[in-house]
Amino acid sequence: MNAVAVEAPASIDYINADYGVRSWLLTKDHKRIAVLYLASVTLFFALGGLFAVILRLELLTPRGDLMQSDFYNRMFTMHGVAMVFFFMIPGIPAVLGNFLVPLMIGAKDLAFPRLNLLSWYLYVAGGLFTLWAMIRGGVDTGWTFYTPYSSSYSNSHVILTGLGIFIAGFSSILTGLNFIVTIHRLRAPGMTWFRLPLFIWAHYATSLVMILGTPVVAVTILLVAAERAFGLGIFDPARGGDPVLFQHLFWFYSHPAVYIMVLPAMGVVSELISAFARKPVYGYKFVAFSSLAIAVLGFLVWGHHMFVSGQSAYASVIFSVLSMFVAVPSAVKVFNWTATLFRGSVSYDTPMLYALGFIGLFTIGGLTGVMLATLGIDLHVHDTYFVVAHFHYVMVGGTIMGYLGGLHYWWPKIAGSMYPKFWSRLAALIIFVGFNLTFFPQFILGYLGMPRRYHAYPEEFQVLHVLSTAGASILGIGYLIQVVYFTLTMRYGKRVGNNPWGAVGLEWQTTSPPPTYNFETTPVVDWDAYEYKEKEAAHV
Amino acid sequence: MLRDLPLHPPSASTFAGQVDGIYFFALLVSIFFSLLIAVLIVTFAVRYRRREGHEVGEPVHGSLWLEIGWSAIPFAIMMVMFFWGTKVFFTAIRPPAAAIEYHVVAKQWMWKFQHPSGQREINDLHVPVGTPIRFKMTSEDVIHSLFFPAMRTKADVLPGRYTTLWFEATRPGTYYIFCTEYCGAEHSRMIGRVFVLEPHDYETWLAGGAGIKTPVARGAELFAAFNCSSCHQDAGTARGPALAGLFGKPVALADGGRAVADDAYLRESILNPTAKLVAGYQPLMPTFRGQVSEDDLMQLIAYIKSLQPAGGAAAAAGTPVQRAGFDGEMP
Repeated sequence: MNAVAVEAPASIDYINADYGVRSWLLTKDHKRIAVLYLASVTLFFALGGLFAVILRLELLTPRGDLMQSDFYNRMFTMHGVAMVFFFMIPGIPAVLGNFLVPLMIGAKDLAFPRLNLLSWYLYVAGGLFTLWAMIRGGVDTGWTFYTPYSSSYSNSHVILTGLGIFIAGFSSILTGLNFIVTIHRLRAPGMTWFRLPLFIWAHYATSLVMILGTPVVAVTILLVAAERAFGLGIFDPARGGDPVLFQHLFWFYSHPAVYIMVLPAMGVVSELISAFARKPVYGYKFVAFSSLAIAVLGFLVWGHHMFVSGQSAYASVIFSVLSMFVAVPSAVKVFNWTATLFRGSVSYDTPMLYALGFIGLFTIGGLTGVMLATLGIDLHVHDTYFVVAHFHYVMVGGTIMGYLGGLHYWWPKIAGSMYPKFWSRLAALIIFVGFNLTFFPQFILGYLGMPRRYHAYPEEFQVLHVLSTAGASILGIGYLIQVVYFTLTMRYGKRVGNNPWGAVGLEWQTTSPPPTYNFETTPVVDWDAYEYKEKEAAHV
Repeated sequence: MLRDLPLHPPSASTFAGQVDGIYFFALLVSIFFSLLIAVLIVTFAVRYRRREGHEVGEPVHGSLWLEIGWSAIPFAIMMVMFFWGTKVFFTAIRPPAAAIEYHVVAKQWMWKFQHPSGQREINDLHVPVGTPIRFKMTSEDVIHSLFFPAMRTKADVLPGRYTTLWFEATRPGTYYIFCTEYCGAEHSRMIGRVFVLEPHDYETWLAGGAGIKTPVARGAELFAAFNCSSCHQDAGTARGPALAGLFGKPVALADGGRAVADDAYLRESILNPTAKLVAGYQPLMPTFRGQVSEDDLMQLIAYIKSLQPAGGAAAAAGTPVQRAGFDGEMP
């Protein structure tokens, strides 16, 4: 594929620059920290996946016969906690963002390398707390920790789990802070705001949400812990508190957190679509500003989780219309990505399959989101499987497709080697099919009335649940194929050149894997993002 | 096979059809846009696939008109959904004045229902067809949510507060009741059934419980048992205000403020009497927190609501509509 790719064989890159566990654990190199994050979030993804397998197995039969309901409740709670707080929130920003933000803007590293390392340690500390809570028996409140169940009634490890999330939140804040400062201060000469790759815009918007939202959930967790441990009456009406207040505080963070999860994936998709259509992203500025619009509007829609909670009906009306506003910038992105393909030179490499999959699944996730924002529909489908299906289309169909697409796209840059073409495409296809078979039946289940978080259910729902479990097994096979070929690639992967995709973007102009300080000399940028020219496209 | 694979729930309330209507509209819109995007992607991806001599795409940068178009059209469609959905929502959350009141007390893990005629049921609920029914609901412990899929409505049931749900059944049959707010270990067993009966069948069913006291009658007994009347006599005493005709009226408070004597106010005044002390009275009343159960509290309030001044001018039936957190009536 690349004849010119033979570098000087003994070139020094970030991986072989130093050796030993110590050199990794004390590194200040954003790329090494990204690899540390990759290892740790993969662990939580596997754990969350394992819990999901247990859930789907139980749901094969209507009677809760495989396990006790208390165990099932712990499983779905820990599935949510592991996936949301320890995989999807840090996933793309801390792995791909960490690796790529400095490379894409032509910087040597993030603005605060030590802070970056600290943020990984905080993540690990938070993760260990939560793991400890899981090993000691876990938590059964649902990942949403609704009061007064979580603060006064649950007999599980609420405080310990909460503490883990609290600590990991600081990792998120520090990463966001680091990105914002880096993007402001460390752009290479000539890299103006409107020459930035859209991945950077998306991460900038994400960082704003991380910094502004995370402190609120931290305070909320502390209040729950205070009520649980010291009987402080904040949320429990028996102690003079207000249980709905918790929901306001929780969703004030946790709705924007959805955008922490999906905005970076949108940034990835912009890169992928452009690289594999080899042309600029259609409507660059609209796509860039739509990220900011989503980040800002995302803070104003939390009440759409509470239409039936007893909140004021007029508040519900406002939250309904604002939730529809936030759908506009999302729609703008989808249309612009689609239009980017127009008159492109489209290839079907593995990352592109994920990007196209993302657009399709995110579209369905977004449209069903609008249905949920419609008051008259939400009244019926709120807290049913319709909601479960909707957010899995956004989180798995969106975030995880984006994450996997990005991982496949930048893998040759990160590892310097290439995974097998056939198996990776097959895995992408299997994941797409498995995903849809898992979650599409859940929309139907939801409208039929099947509530969330049920360990046992009426018999007439069984066929749809069996379909869903069948899909989950197919999805699982897709992930397993990936584990196998990525593991083998690390050891036996074919070395590739610096720019196997023929993509533009500063990250492709340095060596693969890049040297510790990324570039031999600081690049000077005098071109726009995604400026594809005929000669550059020839395989390097 | 199709019998095992249901696609749509039964529909048995006056507004179920309206909820389905907006849902089908939204579904059509969603299918249209999903297909549009899918067809465009597949078409472009095939038509503009990479070929020899076509190694890079054309630098097409964008069009303001297209951007405006694909922002404005989805926005306009969403506004249709917003207004339509909001209209359906208000129909579904505002019970008609003529609705008869059932009491619901939720606890881990059962639904306790009480009919206006006094009958009590657990998890099962019998209702007549063609009569609007309003549920006044509270929880003894955590948050639950009462969901009637066939009626297309639900509302959370909160501890320490009353919330309301209503429907008017249109088709006799047996339908599910689910709890849709996760409430602990046996959440998924908090399932019940609503039996919608023809009016005469309902009358027959009610007749099976002859001699059962209505909530108002039972409330009167409780009123006597708790010795409420020693202070709250018909004309009021120096120690406590009169309660007859109080419900729904504004009350002047000792701190100079005003409150409306609604369900929430009566509840609070029984459990935490000094929170909103009536002007001209001393804080003498003891708290009844922990002494009166949620079921009894609802019956006490039902009795207080039924009390009429000696003249009996005010109509008792037209009790104001109430939803927690939303002050439906301003003084």
